[in-house]
Amino acid sequence: MTDFVIETDRLRKEFGSKVAVADLTLRVRAGEVFGFLGPNGAGKTTSMKMLLGLVHPTSGQGMVLGRPVGDLAARREIGFLPEHFRFHDWMTGREFLVFHGQLHGIERRELNTRIDELLDRVDLADAAGRKLHEYSKGMQQRIGLAQALLNRPRLIFLDEPTSGLDPIGRILVRDIVLKLREDGVTVFFNSHILTDIEAICDRVVFLKRGRVIQESRLAERDRIELELKLGAIDDGLMEVLATYGSVMERNGTTLRLEIPDESCIPDITRRLVERNVPVYRVAAVKRSLEAEFIDVMGEDERAG
Amino acid sequence: MNGILTIARLTIREARQRKILLLSMMLGAVFLALFAWGFHSISTATRANGVQAAQVRFQWNVITLVGLYAVNFLVTATAVLLPIDTLSGEIASGVMHTLLTKPMRRFEVVVGKWLGNACILTFYLAGMAGGVLAIARFEAAYTPPNILAGLGLLWLESLVLLTLSIAGGTQLTTLANGILVFGLYGIAFIGGWMEQIGTTFGSSTARNLGIAASLLVPIEAMWQYAATLMQPAFLRETRLSPFAYASSPSPFMIWWAVGHIAVVFLFAVVRFEKRDM
Ligand SMILES: Nc1ncnc2c1ncn2[C@@H]1O[C@H](COP(=O)(O)OP(=O)(O)OP(=O)(O)O)[C@@H](O)[C@H]1O
Ligand SMILES: [Mg+2]
Repeated sequence: MTDFVIETDRLRKEFGSKVAVADLTLRVRAGEVFGFLGPNGAGKTTSMKMLLGLVHPTSGQGMVLGRPVGDLAARREIGFLPEHFRFHDWMTGREFLVFHGQLHGIERRELNTRIDELLDRVDLADAAGRKLHEYSKGMQQRIGLAQALLNRPRLIFLDEPTSGLDPIGRILVRDIVLKLREDGVTVFFNSHILTDIEAICDRVVFLKRGRVIQESRLAERDRIELELKLGAIDDGLMEVLATYGSVMERNGTTLRLEIPDESCIPDITRRLVERNVPVYRVAAVKRSLEAEFIDVMGEDERAG
Repeated sequence: MNGILTIARLTIREARQRKILLLSMMLGAVFLALFAWGFHSISTATRANGVQAAQVRFQWNVITLVGLYAVNFLVTATAVLLPIDTLSGEIASGVMHTLLTKPMRRFEVVVGKWLGNACILTFYLAGMAGGVLAIARFEAAYTPPNILAGLGLLWLESLVLLTLSIAGGTQLTTLANGILVFGLYGIAFIGGWMEQIGTTFGSSTARNLGIAASLLVPIEAMWQYAATLMQPAFLRETRLSPFAYASSPSPFMIWWAVGHIAVVFLFAVVRFEKRDM
């Protein structure tokens, strides 16, 4: 068995003449919190549905938990919170969880304990007896999340779990995801709220018009870009700077240097002063995911 | 298996929660009360007029069949409407997404919904037809012949429509499905009459068209067969009753209806399995 929980090879989906997903080739490791980014209509939901067996791929292959996409046995270990979900809203929160637990074939007594635990976790214990149609959007989202966790999944798909939630609700969802990561659960997460992605994902891929166009490790994004504006630059100086990090860009006497963390900034400054280099600017910038998103998507991308 | 039963139970619970069961029971009670009242006033009038015994029995049969005819209409309409949005509605609302990612096969959802709705329908048919027969028995100590076979045919007829309605829901939106199934219902209805009129006036074209319609949707034929069975031979032969049909359906139609249900059901399962959610 491989370490990959999800492994796809050129998955493609066409709806008539409309190509929703052109080429989905990706690998997700066990225990990873994986972010799936892309503008509206990029094919994120369709990709997720293919991995879950809800949508049949036009071509390509995919393995989820070591089995072909849509496999029944794999679904026992998968949780899913859909994007635009409506549930049987005549049920109470508890009835709803009991029903979905039964579909998983969880034995009743065990199910009841599990439900109590999950209701606590999503902070809905006191609303468990109310009907779902009385729930606010945030409550529905949270009960939906509890539903996705009923079977203690090894892999969980969340399609925009934080959209429509207030900041407290978002933090609650974030904490749940972080707890899942602690427990070694793999989370496949899709959101437009980039701060959420930044807060919880280990790795993100960018999807554009149904294609994976870039991958980025968020842990590595802790690196800082140091912008230096100096009076003069010579080769000796370049050599010194190269010991701290890699020079990304040089434009006249302005340099962009990528450094691992900010602890070396004072050191760099001291070295510059020692060498009598006039220093006009030392600025450390951490690129936001948003800036990267816009960069990666390119100028031609309009709101879809 | 677990999936099938869970979905079937859900379907029944949902009908209860959405007040479908309550409403149909209330309207059914109103219907039966009306029928009992009418039956009672006719039987009072009959006794006062001192009608002959043979004629009385003829009269009871016609009245009971009128009652069953109305029940047949109500049950078939319910068979179409009850499951009309059970698949299409849940696909549109996204409820299906959470169901179909559970460890069960898609066909279990179709089978479960079919079973749940079939239970409700059976219960409804039994209640309504049982009510009509009980009223006839109580008011006039009359019971038509072959009631079990007759009711069995009405049951089969309702299952034909139920299955069509579920099958339509795998592909169509709720409204389109309703239009389709009621359209087929209309075709079967007019077909049934064309067959009778064609037979009476000797037009084989009309008769064949009618038979073709019955084969397409074997529902009106089921009623005619049931009505024929539930009449005394004398009434059938003299064609004095409005339910004495000129062209009596062949027993082959029973097998046709069973086969129809099986094929349409299979179609529903396959289409549902193949479609994207
Ligand atoms: N059933 C369908 N029939 C036809 N086209 C579809 C269908 N489902 C999705 N599409 C199209 O495929 C494309 C990708 O849709 P998808 O829902 O996967 O995007 P998304 O990335 O999830 O977008 P969003 O961020 O808005 O949720 C869109 O252009 C959409 O219109
Ligand atoms: Mg989406």
